Amino acid sequence: MSEEESPRVAIGISFGNSYSSIAHTTPEGKAEVIANEEGDRQIPSILSYVEGEEFQGTQAKAQLVRNSKNTVAYFRDFIGQNFKSIDPTPCHQSAHPIEHENTIAFKIKDTEAEEENIVSISEITTRHIKKLVASASDFLGKPVTAAVVTVPTNFSDVQKHALKQAAEAAGVEILQFIAEPVAAVLAYDARSTAEIKDKVIVVADLGGTRSDVAVIASRGGMYSILATAHDYDFSGSHLDTVLVDHFAKEFLKKHKSASDPRLNARSLAKLKLESEAVKKALSLGASANFSVESLSDGLDFTATVNRSRYDLLASKVFAGFTRLVLGAVGKADLDPLDIAEIVLAGGTSHTPKIATALQNAFPESTSVLAPATSVTALNPSELAARGAAIQASLVAEFETEDVEQSTHPVVTVTPHLATAIGVLCLSSNESQARFSLLVDRATPVPVRRTKVFPTPREGGDVLVRLVEAVAEIKITAPAPRTKNRDEQDVDGEEESESEESEEEEEHRELVWRPTKTIAEAAVRGVKKGGRVEVQVNVGAGLECSLLVREVGGKGGVRGEVRGR
Amino acid sequence: MATGVKELPLPVLPDSWTAEKDFKAIGTLSDPVQRNIEPVGPHFLAHARRKRHKRTFSEDDRIQAQENVKKVEDDDSGEISEPEDPLMLQRDAKDWKGQDHYAVLGLSKYRHRATEDQIKRAHRKKVLRHHPDKKAAAGNTEDDSFFKCIQKATEILLDPVKRRQFDSVDEAADVDPPSKKQAKGKDFYKLWGNVFKSEARFSKIQPVPQLGNDKSTKEEVEHFYNFWYNFDSWRTFEYQDEDVPDDNESRDQKRHIERKNANARKKKKVEDNARLRKLVDDCLASDERIKRFRQEEHAQKNKKRFEREAEAKRQAEEAAKAKEEEARLKAEKDAADKAEKAESKKAKEAAKNAAKKNKRVIRGAAKDGNYFCGTETASPAQIDSALNDVDAIIAKLDVDELAALTGKLNGKKDVADIKEIFTTEVKRLVDAGKFKDGELKSLS
Repeated sequence: MSEEESPRVAIGISFGNSYSSIAHTTPEGKAEVIANEEGDRQIPSILSYVEGEEFQGTQAKAQLVRNSKNTVAYFRDFIGQNFKSIDPTPCHQSAHPIEHENTIAFKIKDTEAEEENIVSISEITTRHIKKLVASASDFLGKPVTAAVVTVPTNFSDVQKHALKQAAEAAGVEILQFIAEPVAAVLAYDARSTAEIKDKVIVVADLGGTRSDVAVIASRGGMYSILATAHDYDFSGSHLDTVLVDHFAKEFLKKHKSASDPRLNARSLAKLKLESEAVKKALSLGASANFSVESLSDGLDFTATVNRSRYDLLASKVFAGFTRLVLGAVGKADLDPLDIAEIVLAGGTSHTPKIATALQNAFPESTSVLAPATSVTALNPSELAARGAAIQASLVAEFETEDVEQSTHPVVTVTPHLATAIGVLCLSSNESQARFSLLVDRATPVPVRRTKVFPTPREGGDVLVRLVEAVAEIKITAPAPRTKNRDEQDVDGEEESESEESEEEEEHRELVWRPTKTIAEAAVRGVKKGGRVEVQVNVGAGLECSLLVREVGGKGGVRGEVRGR
Repeated sequence: MATGVKELPLPVLPDSWTAEKDFKAIGTLSDPVQRNIEPVGPHFLAHARRKRHKRTFSEDDRIQAQENVKKVEDDDSGEISEPEDPLMLQRDAKDWKGQDHYAVLGLSKYRHRATEDQIKRAHRKKVLRHHPDKKAAAGNTEDDSFFKCIQKATEILLDPVKRRQFDSVDEAADVDPPSKKQAKGKDFYKLWGNVFKSEARFSKIQPVPQLGNDKSTKEEVEHFYNFWYNFDSWRTFEYQDEDVPDDNESRDQKRHIERKNANARKKKKVEDNARLRKLVDDCLASDERIKRFRQEEHAQKNKKRFEREAEAKRQAEEAAKAKEEEARLKAEKDAADKAEKAESKKAKEAAKNAAKKNKRVIRGAAKDGNYFCGTETASPAQIDSALNDVDAIIAKLDVDELAALTGKLNGKKDVADIKEIFTTEVKRLVDAGKFKDGELKSLS
């Protein structure tokens, strides 16, 4: 960094396997995704070389058909890995990764010369970041010097370090790495209309080659990851494969003598590209056109597919996404009822069926934030970049050392409450009382929460009992229906099957069960219609202070419970 | 921060509730969980500031803090635990129906118990190792047959429907039922238990009751057999279907094969149900517990009868004993009587003899006393009357008196003495009224 004195220009970069995006914050504090020279906000993470000329993004992607050997794609996950531990499947259609000097490299013709050069993964990454930063600099009109980059939650320190070095080689200082799902939550919480509440959010980041799910507890604007799940078997490319198979079969039906386009590398590349375009079109419209010139044996092929057909074809992959999300919720020892929001991020989240399937799998109290289910939802593809940009604007003024110290485990590792704390309402008898939540479980301490409670109609003395409580799922079976056996006998199995599927679902609800009393306090002589304010303050050592007073009254009762 | 009004009011203070300054600390909060806060967002920055100003942690604490974080990331560095069979590696992917998908993914330990997550991870590990591009990069020929096997195995195991179809015919997960000889004693529960554990995977209703052991109660055992006799299996046999031709050219042929497949499935399902039934039958037949329960039940039912019979038997025995005792007593008594009789007879005889002897002595004494005629020679008439008198005395005397008289007479040779004795005797007898005075002429 030669220009220490001038203020940093920091952007947010979302660097994915399939697509990358760049975002900045406007002077008004709003995050915006930047379009590159070609007008793309999602820039394919692909580099291609034709006779010494470098192409990136959409242009490079087009080269997958004709120039696949000199096109490098889906390389993000290879950074900082050794050859043994990488999965080269996504790169099958492009330049293959090879082992070179304990790292991963690609053998490509990146100069005008005829011979192939070995280009290491860090070099490729540097080139890619350089391109991204150049686009951002052009847009902002001033050179970008720093960035916050999003990475998956399972990115190791070695990988982060490798990525940081690659970025530094491109002239960009990486201020901080932030986890992709957290960036997505931050993007939502940074909206001016957003309300900071205590809730559990599931972020399903459905990408091109992998899907990641994270269960995040959001407590007063602080986020703790409760569980994660990573998946390489249900992702956007699998949806493409479904369409590839479908169109290949249609093509063969139409041209009986033609050879299978899936067997020819170039035909397959064409099929894949067009299938991806069709998939994206189907996320917006009810039907889409598939059109490829000279798909196989010089034959052109055009076809139309509608959304319901597509939903049917890909139903298995969709079901896989739902299972993945439910699995992550289970891993966090939570129930779908505990989940307040599902944030869908990643390009694949545009698919309407995935969002509706999730909405169906979760109770109505869970809101699914995706374009198909919520009008106020942000663009799922942009969430990570936006979150990174917001974080970049927050940390841009800090010294690098300051940022490093703030993100050190000493600061980030905090005791979190194991059980929820609240107050008993209605009755002092535990079996009849209703639990009213003050501080939810998995809240980092120190924490302070205040809540105002009404008092019985006639006023008088009231009891405030502070308790710990655990949430339980109460399942109420539906009223048994009387089946008409006689009818069933007439028409054998069909009848019985339909009846099973019609069976009413059991009713599930979340019930709090108080487990332990922490403290009791009395408020005496409350006025008729008066209200009582309860404030709980839990310290870092789990010492807990309780303050209860009548709203508008003087004094109040204060007490301390010692910590551990 | 979150301030709002809930509709439910606070409870009324109970009358008995008192505390100093109206506050009582009762418990402490539960142990916290150490977690990582994501260093993101404005609220975190505030938190970091707060925390950092107070910070006095040493380097040791730094390491500690890192280690205490609750693990949320999966450990992905595990090895592929199962060694790969070289024969398996040479498999042709076209023959996927014959392949053991679990073995291909290295999950033969888990089989139907493998979770989706395990399958995905196993798949990923195998891909990392066997991807053809990697082999090509290492200079090997483009041999991707085993990779295709891996893909096929994953495709089937990740599809819940196809996986069930495969699990249905997964012979490697079957446990053969033991023979009667093997399943004896303690081994019975172990061997049959394994059989039922393996069969339980087909049950639509989970959990499945297990065989249990020697100490299982009757209810448990009955529940077990009832369950298995009404077993509801999801097992299907689509996996063994013949391939249906995929083109439109020979629709009839296609339908024919589809029909054939459907029939074959139905048949196999029936066979499977019969097999299971026989299995349960076999197990039931050699189940010691059933025998024991039957005996116990039988014993319970007949307990009263047995008691009654035992009572009757006891009474009969007692009666017999009493009878015997009685007989014995009687026999004893008889013997005693007999002995007594014999004794008395002997005594009588002896008495008789003694009497005879005494009589003889008395008669002899009469003779010695010269028939009470003093010194003169007795006339025959005197002798006769004297002897008659003596006889009359003897006749009147009883045995004792006779003996006494004899005793008196014994050794007396003197005539006068003898007469004296007789006279006193007669006198006594007269006094006793046995004789009339003067009846005995010779002695008066």
